[in-house]
Amino acid sequence: NHKPRRSSQNSFGGFKEFYQILQTIHHIHGDDVLLEYADVHGDLLPINNDENFHKAVSLANPVLRIIITKKGERGESTAYCTNSLQRRRKGLGLPGLRPAGSSTTLSKNKSGIMIGPPQDFRQISSIIDVDILPETHRRVRLHKNGSNKPLGFYIRDGVSVRVTPQGVEKVPGVFISRLVRSGIAESTGLLAVNDEILEVNGIDVAGKSLDQVTAMMVANSHNLIVTVKPVNQRNNIAPRGSKNSMGHSGSVGSGGSIGSALSHDSPSPASQSNPITASLKLPGSSSTIKQLETSLTLEKKKLNLDKSFFFLK
Amino acid sequence: MMKFRFRRQGTDPQREKIKQELFAFNKTVEHGFPHQPSALAFDPKLQLMAIGTKSGAIKIYGAPGVEFTGLHKDTTAVTQIHFLPGQGRLLSLLDDNTIHLWELVVGLHREVGGTKKEGGVCLKQVDSYTLPGRPGIESCSATRMTVLLLLKSCDLLCIGTEGGGVYFLELPRLVLKENQTLLQDQVTQSLPDDYRCGKSLGPVESLQEHPQQPGKILIGYSRGLVVLWDLGARHADQLFLGKQQLESLVWERSGSLFVSSHNDGGYAVWPVTSGNTYTHQPASSTIPYGPFPCKAINKILWRTSQTGSPVLLYSGGMPRASYGDRHCLSIQQDKEHVTLDFTSRVIDFFTIHNMEPDKEFDDPSALVVLLEEELVVIDLQTPGWPTLPTPYLAPLHSSAITCSFHISSVPPKLWERLINAGRAQRSRQQTHMSWPICGGKNLAPQPKQQELLLTGHEDGTVRFWDASGVALTPLYKLGTANVFHTDCDEPHDSSNDQDMQQEEEWPPFRKVGCFDPYSDDPRLGIQKISLCKYSNKLVVAGTAGQVIVLAFNDEPSDHSVDMSVVDLLQDREGFTWKGHDRLEPRLKPAPFPPGFQPQVLVQCLPPASVTAVALHTEWNLIAFGTSHGFGLFDYHRRNTVLARCTLHPNDSLAMEGPLSRVKSLKKSLRQSFRRIRKSRVSGKKRAINTPTSKVQEANAALAEQEEVAPVQRRIEPRSADDSLSGVVRCLCFADTFLRDGTHHGPTLWAGTNSGSVYAYALEVPGVGSGRVCERGGASESSTCVEALLGKEIQLMHRAPVVSISVLDGRGKPLPDPYEASQDLAIAPDMTNAHSVLIASEEQLKVFSLPKVSAKTKFKLTAHEGCRVRRVALVLFSSAAQEDYSEHALVCLTNLGDMHLFTIPGLRPQVRYDCIRKEDISGIASCVFTKNGQGFYLISPSEYERFSLSAKILTEPLCSVQLDRPLEPTATCDGPTTQPQANGTHRRMTGQAEGRTEESPSSLSSPIPETPLDSPLSCADLTLDTTGELTVEDVRDFLTTVDEVENNLRNMKEEEGRSAGILIN
Repeated sequence: NHKPRRSSQNSFGGFKEFYQILQTIHHIHGDDVLLEYADVHGDLLPINNDENFHKAVSLANPVLRIIITKKGERGESTAYCTNSLQRRRKGLGLPGLRPAGSSTTLSKNKSGIMIGPPQDFRQISSIIDVDILPETHRRVRLHKNGSNKPLGFYIRDGVSVRVTPQGVEKVPGVFISRLVRSGIAESTGLLAVNDEILEVNGIDVAGKSLDQVTAMMVANSHNLIVTVKPVNQRNNIAPRGSKNSMGHSGSVGSGGSIGSALSHDSPSPASQSNPITASLKLPGSSSTIKQLETSLTLEKKKLNLDKSFFFLK
Repeated sequence: MMKFRFRRQGTDPQREKIKQELFAFNKTVEHGFPHQPSALAFDPKLQLMAIGTKSGAIKIYGAPGVEFTGLHKDTTAVTQIHFLPGQGRLLSLLDDNTIHLWELVVGLHREVGGTKKEGGVCLKQVDSYTLPGRPGIESCSATRMTVLLLLKSCDLLCIGTEGGGVYFLELPRLVLKENQTLLQDQVTQSLPDDYRCGKSLGPVESLQEHPQQPGKILIGYSRGLVVLWDLGARHADQLFLGKQQLESLVWERSGSLFVSSHNDGGYAVWPVTSGNTYTHQPASSTIPYGPFPCKAINKILWRTSQTGSPVLLYSGGMPRASYGDRHCLSIQQDKEHVTLDFTSRVIDFFTIHNMEPDKEFDDPSALVVLLEEELVVIDLQTPGWPTLPTPYLAPLHSSAITCSFHISSVPPKLWERLINAGRAQRSRQQTHMSWPICGGKNLAPQPKQQELLLTGHEDGTVRFWDASGVALTPLYKLGTANVFHTDCDEPHDSSNDQDMQQEEEWPPFRKVGCFDPYSDDPRLGIQKISLCKYSNKLVVAGTAGQVIVLAFNDEPSDHSVDMSVVDLLQDREGFTWKGHDRLEPRLKPAPFPPGFQPQVLVQCLPPASVTAVALHTEWNLIAFGTSHGFGLFDYHRRNTVLARCTLHPNDSLAMEGPLSRVKSLKKSLRQSFRRIRKSRVSGKKRAINTPTSKVQEANAALAEQEEVAPVQRRIEPRSADDSLSGVVRCLCFADTFLRDGTHHGPTLWAGTNSGSVYAYALEVPGVGSGRVCERGGASESSTCVEALLGKEIQLMHRAPVVSISVLDGRGKPLPDPYEASQDLAIAPDMTNAHSVLIASEEQLKVFSLPKVSAKTKFKLTAHEGCRVRRVALVLFSSAAQEDYSEHALVCLTNLGDMHLFTIPGLRPQVRYDCIRKEDISGIASCVFTKNGQGFYLISPSEYERFSLSAKILTEPLCSVQLDRPLEPTATCDGPTTQPQANGTHRRMTGQAEGRTEESPSSLSSPIPETPLDSPLSCADLTLDTTGELTVEDVRDFLTTVDEVENNLRNMKEEEGRSAGILIN
């Protein structure tokens, strides 16, 4: 049902007009279809109003490739995430995704505030490897891809207290010293001032100078994974049940296997995702503070999903 | 197969063995002048000279190539050194009031790369001694040693102290002869009452042994009293009741008189006649630079000569008001009187004279003066007392070093011509005396090839040094200031007048030495040097955007220099240069002495400092870059081929010029250095450690601790509009494949501070003509060089590009110009695909050519947190197998360690700690040779030479003929770590193994290793799967066919391009 198209229209119109043209060309009148395109970052993005249609047209050079999918077939289970196109191509697919289509309408009706489905958000951070880390540690991945926001944090030298067999020992450590307002680090809520940095992209920072740690972070800034010891240990996930594996992760409801060492390149199931940028609860997911902590943080894409316009090239 | 893929490096014993035969790290020798010298001594029997430094190092020099270094455990200043003549032993007195005994011993045989190396003689500390405090006296200053005297018999050491006591130590065991100690009270008792007047005699200022009667010593006290003391009888033979504060004493050879120098700038001659217990007045007393108040004469020497009048040499004594700030040493004989005027403080001096007891006269042949910044030797036998050039200890920093360049295996022809040109420069001040300090024998094998080290200086000079052996010898000096009009032009012709003036002037000053730290015009400073040793073409580029092409000429020549101006801004709007002006070129023909003579001057506009330069003599091209862009110039046809602006539109800092904000740090650093220098100059003779000063120190340290604010670092990816992103960091010429895989041709590569790489295809008439014909003969008629933008590569991480080099089909670096065409090197493999190695500050990366797709990479910063500072491709030869050699990439990081990688595989091989990470200037100054050696500045005046190669080492290997047997002593066991003369060094620790273990074996491996149990390894996996290898933005301007229809990745690229980022 994927129909990659090379459209070379030279007349401008609005989304509705364009939609009709497509239906005519492809003889799919009566079928509800989803239009999608890939932006410069390789992200799969929807075309469902005038504004994002224009955006798509303006970015298209020389041709706009449109993917037409029949609604309901796979359609709304798509999360418009970074590199979603590649992922789909790689077959890393979206197993275990729970369709959330109906919830969109529901929320619209209930709150009156329009908020897109989780799949229309871009992942900006995640907690990973929950099942293999000690509960006092947290491994956070910040996604810089495509975002204009700064990472927005500063680090400093400090003294860390370690418990050793010989007793308490003071060792030099590196800490987060400042979060920039509305930077990625702050908006995730996963990092805080005075969190101790233990690892950068898997490399232990013990014994490294502040400048070394800075250089490592800058070098990894496009895909930064920091393991921190949060200064505030109150919101830690208490080990649930007997052993570590499931209980630690946020997979409370679904029993899925996110957070395993292997799967962190695939997006975590949407069911577990809560956009904490908005304080709204999405129906279908019982949001608790623990889930907030452990699951994904999403940032709404500038898609303007609910306005309408016209144009074509 | 899978097993092979996953096998980590470092586990292969075969490879480990090869690595050991190839690589070994050694700091071999220090070139130049010891930083902050503080003591000097000479052994007339062995003809060896010793210099002690403030950092606790002792360096012994003999004949050129003979060098020994010792380092005290504490980095305390060496205040005095005394040789035990002929024994190869010496005593050092440190600032912490300890005496150390050193011995020359046969060093252990060292094992390098599996082969034993003959051990030479080395310097080793064997004993040390601290004078015990006097019981009942709290202050330690009473037993603080002021002077040492070693008796000629070498079995007794007399120690003068601050408290006025004289102690005696038995040598070489360093045992105090308790009953011999002479306290001041004993002397005071024998004084007449009117002289005593209840005051103490002050510290012992001088101890001198009677030249003819052993067992008698002269003791001089600060207050002015001099006592001739009989050691055997233990009583004062004579007392000389001087009233002027004493500075130093010296015997006349016969022992019939001695001379004392005083703090009022005068000296007095005292006759010694037996039977006369008290001498109240000296025979004569002179204040040479009086009558106005003068500064003290710190040291005086009196040497008799066959010709009649004695030679009097003394330091200081200048009129306080008019010349109190000069550093002077006066030589006087009869009417002849010269005041040597130095640019830095006189530390100490000695004469080389006849020491044999049966000779009647001293007959001094040479005067050796140790200054704070250089060593000056004066020939006392030749009339006029000319200076003798030193074969070593050259003041590298006579003007501050701004850059350096090394050339291996210099062709004999160029070498000879350089030596001749250098000789012509020195002919004016020729003396026929040979170097007087000639002890020891240099056993090091004659260097197989000649090596040149070029240093660029702040005053616009380039100095050529013979770096083939242990002694770094000056060969030739090139000045570039005469290409320009400068302020210092004018007084040039008045040199004759100056001579006239000097005759009338009093004191009769003569400027001596070449240390001159103050540059006339900082714009003259040399920033980059490139030399082609086959065509004798030299390119030097400077601070004011000047690029000068020079050619070697054996004859002097009068000619004007062609000039071209290259505008690197290329009509970019909205930029105004706020930095310095360009240098004004000299339009009239100027005389140029034999040597390198300027041919063309290319002036970059804006006149910012040149940051990169490249020379290709076969194509007659030079490329140069500044913070604004880069240019390509054909110096044969004298035309600009290309000018490209690399400036980012938002970059305002780039326009401010080096003298404003950017350099302000450097400037302030320099100022603080000058302040230190000043304070050092005006420093006291002896620092007194009073308890109060210690309290102050502690308080200051405390205050400092409190003041330290927590340092913060921002974590943000580099962006395109970071300041100074357009700085061109490296340029490189290569004959390679840029257009397609079948036709190679000249190319130019440029890398910037923001991770951009530009590759140009060049059309050079007469080069690669076959291809030109194929292309339709369009360029047959063109007689000038053309450049066509081929590729633009934007490294995703945007880190500054440190180096670009092209590797041939076998993965070897391309040879230098003329090497291939003249059969001087193996011709590059042009049949297989080439690749380009781009080293940024964060990563090393190899791309295939001509498509520029990533092949291998090594993410150094992501793993280690260190940044690449210097990179070189080096040929390592095996120490064991004669014909085996490998190319490796040497990489110096900002932490001061050396990483070695294979090419083109970029597999880490070895890592060595080399430079302290705090030593920023040391890291910045590092240069590599082509065969695995290198140099870096350990102080403004010293290069440390090191070797990464197990085979090629340049280190001192010498022997000394001693009076005592020189057997390989048992004391010499334990690990023989090469002593580092500069006490601030980090111990070198080779870490050949282990390091490689943790590095991922293959970053491009599609199947990652996944040990699930370890959290680290799983994060490693994330590192590798970022897919960054393909994300580099490569824009191709030569390929026109869009071969990549349905490939989604390429679709993305297309769209990226359409986003409207540039293109010519």
